[in-house]
Amino acid sequence: MAEQRKILSGDEAVAEAALACGVKLGTGYPGTPSTEILEHFSAIGGNAEWAPNEKVALEVASGVAFSGAKTIVTMKHVGVNVAADPLFTLAYTGVEGGLILVSADDPGMASSQNEQDNRLYAIAAQIPMLEPSDSQEAYDFTIRAYEISEQFRVPVLLRMTTRVCHSRGVVKCWKQKEAPASKHYRRAVRERVMIPAFARGAHVRLVDGMKALAEWNEKSDLHVVSGPEKAELGIICAGAAYQHAREAFPEARILKLGMTWPLPYEAIRAFVKGNARTVVVEEGEKVMAEKILSAGIQVEPKGDAFLFGELNVTKVKRLVSKDETPEAPPKPGRPPQLCPGCPHRKVFETLRDLGCIVSGDIGCYTLGVLPPFSAIDCCVCMGASIGAGLGLRHGLAEEDARKVVSVIGDSTFVHSGITGIVEMVYNKPATGHLVLILDNSTTAMTGLQENPATGRHLNMTDASQLDLAALCKAAGADHVDVIDPTLRHDEFVALVKERLASNDASVIIARRPCILQMKKLSKLKK
Amino acid sequence: MGSKLTNVLFAGIGGQGIIKASDMLTEAAFRMNYDVKKSELHGMSQRGGSVSSDVRFGEKVHSPMIPEGEADYLVAVSEDQIEVNEKYLKKDAVIIRPSDIDEADAQSKMLNIAMLGRLNRYLKFPEELWISLIRESFKGEIAEQNIAAFKRAQG
Repeated sequence: MAEQRKILSGDEAVAEAALACGVKLGTGYPGTPSTEILEHFSAIGGNAEWAPNEKVALEVASGVAFSGAKTIVTMKHVGVNVAADPLFTLAYTGVEGGLILVSADDPGMASSQNEQDNRLYAIAAQIPMLEPSDSQEAYDFTIRAYEISEQFRVPVLLRMTTRVCHSRGVVKCWKQKEAPASKHYRRAVRERVMIPAFARGAHVRLVDGMKALAEWNEKSDLHVVSGPEKAELGIICAGAAYQHAREAFPEARILKLGMTWPLPYEAIRAFVKGNARTVVVEEGEKVMAEKILSAGIQVEPKGDAFLFGELNVTKVKRLVSKDETPEAPPKPGRPPQLCPGCPHRKVFETLRDLGCIVSGDIGCYTLGVLPPFSAIDCCVCMGASIGAGLGLRHGLAEEDARKVVSVIGDSTFVHSGITGIVEMVYNKPATGHLVLILDNSTTAMTGLQENPATGRHLNMTDASQLDLAALCKAAGADHVDVIDPTLRHDEFVALVKERLASNDASVIIARRPCILQMKKLSKLKK
Repeated sequence: MGSKLTNVLFAGIGGQGIIKASDMLTEAAFRMNYDVKKSELHGMSQRGGSVSSDVRFGEKVHSPMIPEGEADYLVAVSEDQIEVNEKYLKKDAVIIRPSDIDEADAQSKMLNIAMLGRLNRYLKFPEELWISLIRESFKGEIAEQNIAAFKRAQG
């Protein structure tokens, strides 16, 4: 392929690079702002699949990497929490084929429940991390990350943020396409079976490997100094913050870091010497500033006012000038709402009218918290509705306990609700419990992705369809009903009342397809 | 600083084709050989909430987000989003409103494309470039209707 210039989002650029590198399998779980990576990878001919959750995705990817083939695994920041268990030990085992874990962070919480800073995962798990600052770097750094992963035999964290994932820019696609390849299998028991006797050696190898990576990073071209030889103001930054800083301070001397873990401390030390003052401009936590300071290098961390939200050009100017006066609150736009005709509407009307205490979950239906429904009492993370609902039943006095309902969507249920049903049956509260699975037959919130319960793969080919009712019955629920909450509304209301009055462990699957999904499917049929 | 860039802010509500229109301007600027960046927020905005998208083009674009007070144009596909985005506008920014568009086009699904036509009064990109972009984005008769709406608004 001759070099091509095109307009790509950061997500699309990662996918283009992964395809060019010969990635054998892309896997992940949908989550804003990461979702488009695998969608685009599939659209341009890559082999991509949605896993039931991020933990499974990373485990599948680890097997691909053990086999010697290249793999990419994508998720939003909170997804890495789910995948953290395999991640920390995968750092010990290392990989054979290149493995990139994309963590798409969401500072500012455009569509997330928290704004955790996943750079801390690279430090905690001891894996190298690259941070692209725009679409071109998303392309370039994906290619570099595979080189690093295979040279040092480590998984690499490609840490992106909403502004990099969802911004579009001009990308020079320069890499000749490699075909995905399977290698001859290499058995490496001491490397990959993490019993304590082998893991002790693996831990030592991990620490030595990170030292070698740190030395390599000192000499690499992944960090770049721009601006004059000596300057009043020096700025250390990475990722989207670089683009804001370059625009805010065109005269400043800037060290843009590409690999932000392990940090190139000697390069940073040399950079700082050329400046009267050096400020670390970073989104999220003060991760780089604290590490650089603890290496004995004099830099200025940002003020606490800038721990929150996204950076932009205006905020970077204020950060550097230590202006921490509170910002005027943004003028309220229109809040999002459940679509007219959304099947969740009737469910939340019912729960509101019955005065239920509703343990909610992550999806479109979280909007049930807003008027006119105001019918969600708690929502923490994927799958938490069931566990938290059971806890409320255990903790509340009987009269209130009887009002508790857990609501969870079909994709979220498959992601991490199944073990909640097992818990409900195994440790049944005295008043029983009711779980409503809001089955709209798609992963709607993130833009209509397929999941194991839809019976279609990521690329819309037919798949074996997970039977949610059979699964709940097999787990031992006392009652499992499937009902359309809109068409058979009166029966639905009566059923909810009956189950709440009993001491049984009940599941009601409120099944009615998302109206947007129906539109998408009818378009595909044409 | 930023003075050499053209900053166009699109604002409206989910479902009005804000992202589509801003993608088309991005592609048009790219084909005009400008460096260009576009930024938007997805996610919850899909559910009928406010949507905005920043397009910046010129010799070299760094931040994908238009800084406060630097937008040259606001394409307000929904009138009620003007106030929300006021702080991003230059003092002499041009605001393009649905009321600038022929009533019939403003009430149709082609409003976003008509707004691009109105914007092009100022940007003055070649009309043929827009026509080919519209034909790449829509099929058959729909494309021709959009081209007509674009031209009516451009005047």
